[in-house]
Amino acid sequence: MTTSPLTLRRAGDSPALLGLLGIVGFGALLEILPRVGVLKEEYFPPTSKIIAALIDELGRGGFWQAVIGTVSTWLIGLSIAVVAGIVLGIVIGSVPALRLATASTIEFLRPIPSVALLPLAIVLFSAPIRSILLLVVYASFWQVLIQVLHGVTDVDPVARETAASYRLNRWRQARYLVWPTTLPYAMTGIRLAASVALVLTITGELLIGGTKGIGEEIAVAQSSIAVPSMYALIVVSGLIGLIANLATRRAERLVLAWHPSVRRELPL
Amino acid sequence: MTRVLSRTGLLLGLPVVLLVTWWFASAGSKSFYQPPLETIIKVFPDTWTGARFKSDVFPSLIRLFIGYSLAVLLGITLGVLIGANRRLRALVEPLLEFLRAIPPPVLVPILILIAGIGNPTKVLVIVIGGVWPVLLNTVEGVRGVDEVLSDTCRSYRIGGWLRLRTFILRAASPQIVVGARQALSISIIMMVIGELLGATNGLGYTVVEFQRGFQIPEMWSGVFVLGLLGVLLSLAFTLVERRVLNWYHGARAAERSGH
Repeated sequence: MTTSPLTLRRAGDSPALLGLLGIVGFGALLEILPRVGVLKEEYFPPTSKIIAALIDELGRGGFWQAVIGTVSTWLIGLSIAVVAGIVLGIVIGSVPALRLATASTIEFLRPIPSVALLPLAIVLFSAPIRSILLLVVYASFWQVLIQVLHGVTDVDPVARETAASYRLNRWRQARYLVWPTTLPYAMTGIRLAASVALVLTITGELLIGGTKGIGEEIAVAQSSIAVPSMYALIVVSGLIGLIANLATRRAERLVLAWHPSVRRELPL
Repeated sequence: MTRVLSRTGLLLGLPVVLLVTWWFASAGSKSFYQPPLETIIKVFPDTWTGARFKSDVFPSLIRLFIGYSLAVLLGITLGVLIGANRRLRALVEPLLEFLRAIPPPVLVPILILIAGIGNPTKVLVIVIGGVWPVLLNTVEGVRGVDEVLSDTCRSYRIGGWLRLRTFILRAASPQIVVGARQALSISIIMMVIGELLGATNGLGYTVVEFQRGFQIPEMWSGVFVLGLLGVLLSLAFTLVERRVLNWYHGARAAERSGH
């Protein structure tokens, strides 16, 4: 567990290099195992074939439309969930009576698995995009709401009393007292919501279909048993997820640049 | 007495208001897809009979139980290995970061292709979805163990299984529980998705069959059952968590009052 400076400085031991080695090693393993026959090549195409399929995909117009479709559905769903979560969270969180009255309902609605709503979403909306958005918003809304509710109640008592002695009005209290306390929580909620929303977007596309998106491309590749393209598209979905994670983490650091939790960290 | 009354009022008030509103708002509903709440409740006992439980609900629950347990076990095992070994961690961290970013449902078509639509696939689908939160949280938990305690263990020559059980797992357990909770809700979702994409029985399969057969009130009742399942399992988890982490919440409370 202990990391003495001596072991850290040993050659060939830099985390970045080891990480790269891990990824390359994983790729090499998936190249070799099907080739020597440990894994069936039909089902596990070697890495080189997946990469070739990926390059094919990158040159296809339909692929980029699918990427744009997925990303825009994701962003729309996420924005709705974030705005609704923050607004409702602040309103419910700042009125104790409202908070008590809604607690049981929230506790009940939150664990309902979002895909349980899938058949409902399909029959209620004729446009597939709306069905998908319902799933995305339902799943990601709670992440934001719960975090904001935590944040609103976390206001430092001394700061609250100070604000009261300075007779800050309601708006100013919300702006200078509640909002800065809530923001870090809200950002955590948004980060969680972003990855949940992306998963549900692609899942919705896969299960409902009818909109341009990576999920539907995977379903199409599946029905035509284009195995390497399926893997290539899965890699793409992972890359989109990775970029989304990095972007939200980045955004969190930017928005919270003033916050002690970020300021204290060493610049990377 | 009045306090108890007002508390139950607050607890049940909104749900009752919502249900009553729904009941009356939907009472005369002629819309095919939005049947009156009364109809949904009426079809409930006929739809979710003992036979249905035996043929669809229990198989789903058993698969969920096995898949979830495997996910938790696998996540903890790999998490302890990776978390305790700095070089291994550096080696696999970027890879895990990428694999985790893949939405688990997209792997379901591949799994069906490889292993058909039998029970192993459906269990595997749950494991693949549920393992990540447990794994990543265990890694974080093991990484964050107290240095002084670690050194103390070393001075007392506490090693091997004893060290793992009484120190590492203990210290990481609050984090592991957080992961296990996330894994539970993902497992339920993966259970349903596995059954939607290819199955011959199960809860998710039944609900989609109702939808495809335009048995709309039955479908609504199925959504209720799925929702209820999510709520009950999360409740059960909270109870287990309270027992397992009793010492931790106690220590936290003591810390807070000590300020």
